Amino acid sequence: MTTLYKTEPSLDAATGAPSPPLPIIEMRGVVKGYGSGLTRTEVLHNINLNIRQGEFLAICGFSGSGKTTFMQLLAGLLLPDKGVILMEGEPITGPAPDRGLVFQNYSLLPWLTVRGNIALSVDSVFASWPKGERRDHVEKFIEMVGLSHAAHRRPHELSGGMRQRTSLARTLAMKPKVLLLDEPLSALDALTRAQLQDEILKIWEEERQTCVMITNDVDEAILVADRIVPLNPGPKASLGPTFAVELDRPRHRTSLNHNPTFKNLRRAVTNYLLAVRKKSRDDEAAQSTAPNIRLPDLKPIDLRASSKAILN
Amino acid sequence: MNWRGKALRFCEVTGLPILEPFVRLAAGEDPKEQFIGIAKFVLLPSVAMAAFIGMWSIAASKVVTDSAKLPSPSSTWAAGKQLFAMHTAQREADHARRIEKLGEAKTLMLQAKQAESQSIDASGAEQQTLLANAEVLKSKAVRAANYIPTSAPTFIDQILTSVKTVFFGFALATFIAVPLGVLCGMNPWFNAAMNPFIQLFKPVSPLAWLPLSFIVIMWYYTGSSGDTWFQKSFLISATTVTMCSLWPTLVNTTLGVASVDKDYLNVARVLKLSWSQKLFKIILPASLPLMFAGMRISLGVGWMVLIAADMLAQNPGLGKFVWDEFQNGSSMTYARIAFSVIVIGLIGLFLDRLMICLRNLVSFGNPSPV
Repeated sequence: MTTLYKTEPSLDAATGAPSPPLPIIEMRGVVKGYGSGLTRTEVLHNINLNIRQGEFLAICGFSGSGKTTFMQLLAGLLLPDKGVILMEGEPITGPAPDRGLVFQNYSLLPWLTVRGNIALSVDSVFASWPKGERRDHVEKFIEMVGLSHAAHRRPHELSGGMRQRTSLARTLAMKPKVLLLDEPLSALDALTRAQLQDEILKIWEEERQTCVMITNDVDEAILVADRIVPLNPGPKASLGPTFAVELDRPRHRTSLNHNPTFKNLRRAVTNYLLAVRKKSRDDEAAQSTAPNIRLPDLKPIDLRASSKAILN
Repeated sequence: MNWRGKALRFCEVTGLPILEPFVRLAAGEDPKEQFIGIAKFVLLPSVAMAAFIGMWSIAASKVVTDSAKLPSPSSTWAAGKQLFAMHTAQREADHARRIEKLGEAKTLMLQAKQAESQSIDASGAEQQTLLANAEVLKSKAVRAANYIPTSAPTFIDQILTSVKTVFFGFALATFIAVPLGVLCGMNPWFNAAMNPFIQLFKPVSPLAWLPLSFIVIMWYYTGSSGDTWFQKSFLISATTVTMCSLWPTLVNTTLGVASVDKDYLNVARVLKLSWSQKLFKIILPASLPLMFAGMRISLGVGWMVLIAADMLAQNPGLGKFVWDEFQNGSSMTYARIAFSVIVIGLIGLFLDRLMICLRNLVSFGNPSPV
């Protein structure tokens, strides 16, 4: 399994091609597990990754492969057991507003309005700003995600899409250097999802800040990302080979569907993911100590006949 | 939000679904559906109530001993009316007496003024006597003006005393239990230290505390005489209420604080909120619904215990009223007791509704099941 990971295209160094922009976040040999002793399970194993300044990186994987753990490590909510995560050369020791995390389940505070939720983060991150400036900042981000009409509402009065927009605005308003999106759209219906994908793309193209998105949707990853890194299924999940997305921006969902590059890439990523999952399942079955029960090769008796038997 | 939305929100927050069909009917929604609602929330309870009163009447005619009989609904109602009439009569008598005393004070004051003006013309010993006289008259006048009727407390007075006592005791309990609960919920070590006490004292009947709180209050008041902030009996009853309403609030606050959604705490970590910001902006608002649920139980238990404590300790209040009536043994005794039982129930119901309303106000999008 460990042979599968590959962080950077090694060609760069060999051919002397223009070196990629400096990494803003570097993960070196990161290992993370839960529990201790016999009950310990290693979720992530030997993760090496460079996240470049200004890129949109998508981590693509099946559910249960440790995606959320991966994101919490980047956010600093969890610390690695082994290895280091460097942000601009400094090790990450805890969460900070310069790595803005958009939570999978929105995590809006139910007692605050849309405005209140965004203002909470602005007021705590930019505490030194004058009051009027902070207020304008809040309004700017409410408008950016198109929620001006609902700014006075509380989360329980909003649809899922509107909640995720609020959550996105709350994080964007902190002006993070890196935006971390933890499956931001997985709880939404397909139409809202498509709409929000377009909006995230639009906002990213305006701001061009570094962005890491975790997703289980290959199409979504290709639509938004510059690079896609598959996360091999856990336990002991590691990263797969990097797929570069060489599609011109701005990208449009409708025209992409017929683009041969898009089709090829989608096939390649999907096939890779399916292959690693099959391998992981086979490995698990091979290691399993459970007795291998061979199911008897039986055909059901005719239904009518059996019902007669019961009636008698 | 239009008026209908506001009215429906009011029904939801106050925990009064009984009003909802009427609001919808007034707003012109499908009448058939609303009549089903009215039948469920108004008609059916009314029928059940009527059946209960009927059975009560039958029972009242059967349960008769040599000395007493179970009061019928009508005699209970009559006793209730009489209690209220007695209260108004008493108030009027007190008022008349106060006016009389006030007139007395005025004449005394006039006499004092007269004596003073006479003293200006007089001289020597005569002046001294007149001035002394005026002083005496003045102090008499002040006493008369400040006259407080010393008549026995009426039924309504007892109700007010009980409600005041229960709120004071409950407020004291909340004041102690909420900070303790927050500490327990936030710090597992503190919780581990407190847990044995909570587990040990929670199941104790608060009436068992009564003698102990009696001693403590008595000790506290030893030596101090005359004006004190509270009456001893009031404090004894109130502390008994406190002892029993402490636990539900404490346990629920602990639970509420300990079970704050981990994601909210992660939000606090990402925003790097300080300890106090985290407490006041995240933890307290998030745990308010459970806190209020605990306070609701506390107030209910406190009210029940207060009546019993008043009976036992002969402290002024509804409990004492019931006990005194029982000891009196007049012809109206049992009817009055039955009436006060209903009043006690109504007040308990009101207190419960009040807490539901407060709880719903702080639990956004998640109103409590009534």
